[in-house]
Amino acid sequence: MTVRVQPELFDAGAELNRFAQGRSDVGAVVSFTGVVRDTDGDLQEMQIEHYPGMTESAIAKIVQEATTRWGLADALVIHRYGALKPGAPIMMVATASAHRAAAFEAADFLMDYLKSRAPFWKKEITTAGASWVAAKDADEDALKRW
Amino acid sequence: MMNVVYFAWVRERIGLPQEQVDTNAATVADLVEELKAREDRYEAAFADISALRVALDQELADFDAPLAGVKEIAFFPPMTGG
Repeated sequence: MTVRVQPELFDAGAELNRFAQGRSDVGAVVSFTGVVRDTDGDLQEMQIEHYPGMTESAIAKIVQEATTRWGLADALVIHRYGALKPGAPIMMVATASAHRAAAFEAADFLMDYLKSRAPFWKKEITTAGASWVAAKDADEDALKRW
Repeated sequence: MMNVVYFAWVRERIGLPQEQVDTNAATVADLVEELKAREDRYEAAFADISALRVALDQELADFDAPLAGVKEIAFFPPMTGG
């Protein structure tokens, strides 16, 4: 299991290659990359704040749960904080398991939990001003399917 | 003494990232009432606690949770990671 919380840019392709490299015990590797989206064409940057210490332990707990529940061979989570430009990668998850269903489901579970249970907060800076991104009811509801 | 930490718009409304608070509050809700009684900026931040989340020593908790033995308490809006 690898968890990294960092301000620096990461190369999702290189991270995925490194994650998948040299494994003969898995039949499936799934990955997801989240990107800063400029919904209305006026986003200047997205600022991501987090709770150092709790962030790492909360993510580790979520990854541990996914690993146990789906019998993952390995999992990777990278999540950035700081000021990010539109189009920049925010975070990625990767899962490795014997079969694809477990790898897909575990990655989906990780995304749902990282969204609502890892202590990050997004603020959008647009040409019209700054505003905190509100959590959606749908994000909380998504946890219920697990 | 307890270390009280604020994030996102809670931090902005109170105007501080963290502070030491001398309190004998029994629960999170009791501490919130003490803070609200201090100044308008706390009243503004804690006006609707259903819009807030709380962590005790970096673990999510409820507003009726006891504070005995707790060193750090954090208040923040619902998380928006991912």
